[in-house]
Amino acid sequence: MQHNVYIYIFVAFLVSFLVRVLPLTLIRKPIKNEFIRSFLYYVPYVTLSVMTFPAIISVTQSPVAGFVAFVVSIVASLLGAKLFSVACISCITVLILEYIII
Amino acid sequence: MMEKKKCDFMEGLRDGLPIGLGYFAVAFSLGITARNAGLNSFEGFLSSILNHASAGEYALYSSIQAMEAYIEVAIITLVVNARYSLMSCSLSQRFNPNQSFFHRILMGFGITDEIFGIAIARPGYLSPSYYYGAMIMSIPLWGLGNALGIWAGNLFPANVVSALSVALYGMFVAIIIPPAKKDKIIALAIVVSFALSYLCTQIPFVKELTDGTRMIILTVLISSAIAILKPVKEETINSEA
Repeated sequence: MQHNVYIYIFVAFLVSFLVRVLPLTLIRKPIKNEFIRSFLYYVPYVTLSVMTFPAIISVTQSPVAGFVAFVVSIVASLLGAKLFSVACISCITVLILEYIII
Repeated sequence: MMEKKKCDFMEGLRDGLPIGLGYFAVAFSLGITARNAGLNSFEGFLSSILNHASAGEYALYSSIQAMEAYIEVAIITLVVNARYSLMSCSLSQRFNPNQSFFHRILMGFGITDEIFGIAIARPGYLSPSYYYGAMIMSIPLWGLGNALGIWAGNLFPANVVSALSVALYGMFVAIIIPPAKKDKIIALAIVVSFALSYLCTQIPFVKELTDGTRMIILTVLISSAIAILKPVKEETINSEA
């Protein structure tokens, strides 16, 4: 069987496109069902939490640096820092800590 | 109205920048995987612009390297990207009901974990201008990072890549914490999610699950459980939204 890189890329594109676009285009009205509405209300917070931890401690060279950056970003957000600032603060935390640790 | 759109677009560009920097770092390391699979920079760039999904692309490059059948690529892409359909459902509730089909398709195409995250964090109906600003700033950086990763390999110092790679997570935290300060149930959902997510990477067998699968299972389980225990009244959602 012939294997073409462009067909691979196209197949992956087609599937990921449909997965993303179909629900958005098919659901056009506000959902009335209380369970489904509540479920969708919590989904973003749960997904983002699950994606963040423990992934943040495995992307850095030192897991400790990742963990400290995690805690620092929570504290910074609690104190009212916005998206961009928190992102920068977490990067700088890792840069400094890894400079010390490694 | 025009002013508002322009302002939204600029804010989208601004919020897209940290996302784009994070993408650049992640895509760069993903590019090294793509290079090992035999892709050139153009193919890497193209696949990244079209798919813009780290786990999905990782699966794609592994499949290309292993010369899997096309149907297997379709299935694995479906599984690792299934969480986007949840986000798509969630976004559908935040659209102006009169929003055109064209915007829905284009914004649907732009769903990534991060763009979804910042879009949902803004009050009111989704603003296409804001959304496109974020897409235009971040997705090309994703493609560029990938192409450079293929081309330059290990040119970037490891400590810079390491530091850049936490930018995304810092942003996620900045998205979920402010609403959690106002709503104790959201705070609870977040703590439970952190804890269970960590446990799932430690428990035998369960830890063998791919990141994408684990994410779907936990999202469905935790969100359902909280939705049953603490259903949200319509007024709350509207005032949050």
